[in-house]
Amino acid sequence: MSYISIIKNGIVKENPTFVLMLGMCPTLATTTSAMNGMSMGLATMAVLICTNFVISCLKSVTPDKVRIPVFIVVIAAFVTILQLVIKAYLPDIDAALGLFIPLIVVNCVILGRAEAFAAKNSPVASLFDGIGIGLGFTLGLTLLGICRELLGSGSIFGLTLLPETYNILLFVLPPGAFIMLGFLIAIVNKLRN
Amino acid sequence: MKKLESSLLNMVLVLTGVAVVMGGVLAFVNHLTEGPISQQKEKALADGIKTVMVCENLTVGKTDEVKQNVDGKELVYTIYQVKDAQGQDLGAAVESTTGGFGGNLKVLVGFDPEGNILGYTLLEHAETPGLGAKADKWFQKGEKGDIIGKSPSEPLVVSKDGGQVDAITASTITSRAFLKAVNNAYNAYKVTPSTDGETGATKQAN
Repeated sequence: MSYISIIKNGIVKENPTFVLMLGMCPTLATTTSAMNGMSMGLATMAVLICTNFVISCLKSVTPDKVRIPVFIVVIAAFVTILQLVIKAYLPDIDAALGLFIPLIVVNCVILGRAEAFAAKNSPVASLFDGIGIGLGFTLGLTLLGICRELLGSGSIFGLTLLPETYNILLFVLPPGAFIMLGFLIAIVNKLRN
Repeated sequence: MKKLESSLLNMVLVLTGVAVVMGGVLAFVNHLTEGPISQQKEKALADGIKTVMVCENLTVGKTDEVKQNVDGKELVYTIYQVKDAQGQDLGAAVESTTGGFGGNLKVLVGFDPEGNILGYTLLEHAETPGLGAKADKWFQKGEKGDIIGKSPSEPLVVSKDGGQVDAITASTITSRAFLKAVNNAYNAYKVTPSTDGETGATKQAN
């Protein structure tokens, strides 16, 4: 597989949000606005690229029976690094996503790709898989965030488009996340086929 | 390359090795970011104090911690005595925490020496976006639930409970929690001895 097709695979064929249905917890919880969804997607992508690369480098020295603990140690370390960096240099994102950043450790997109891709492929291919899946995740979260923010708060990326009387509060709340995600999955899969 | 066999020795060595290396990397990053993180916290607090005292040039004089017994629990209130550039007493900014709808609700409230509210800001909250999270604007000057300039010597209460303040639409719990935080902050401020040794707000309020 060429590197371009690995990236395309992550965005279209194995899109984590709409096809693999991985990492649903942050998908539903952080997409109350387009900005939050995109920040979460990018944070996950940063972790995924690093962990995919390192885990792929370690794959030949990792005994099979302890591979999951090794993966988790690597993932937890990178998530903590990301959390410290965000706290230090991006306080606004920290305020919006603070609680969800540590939870990237248990995001199944990351462990899923470590197990399904990085443990079987070369470090460089794994790096590109991280970029592809990361972009797919970011696009999914941003799209969901845009839809929910537009319907729920009448704005996109904080830019007000609809007057307050047209806001449907439901879409900012958890049930709206499920409804919107269902519709988006249906539409995306219709378009894919 | 062939995989390492899953013998006990290999497993212990690899897992320990990975953990030690990652621990080292973490320690290094922690060391690098420690300074910036505490700076960010101080800056957030300093900005907050400026906002709630409605004054750009101010100095924080004394910082007090007041323990108060609220509903059977001992809560700590941090009080920052504030003076302006000429040394004039401006009042104090009080940090107060209550349980909101989604978690802790931490507010910073500015009081003038008479105990009237100068301003407020939310330092930390986990309220519902689009509902309770509106509290950061709702109670500001000119907004629907304006509390600026009022004195909580009569505790502030939402209109639903017979008070004067309009609650945030569909967020009565957040509104109650917020006003409780403000009232508690006032009570804590009242019992703090001001810099000249007298009981700050009590003297003037009575």
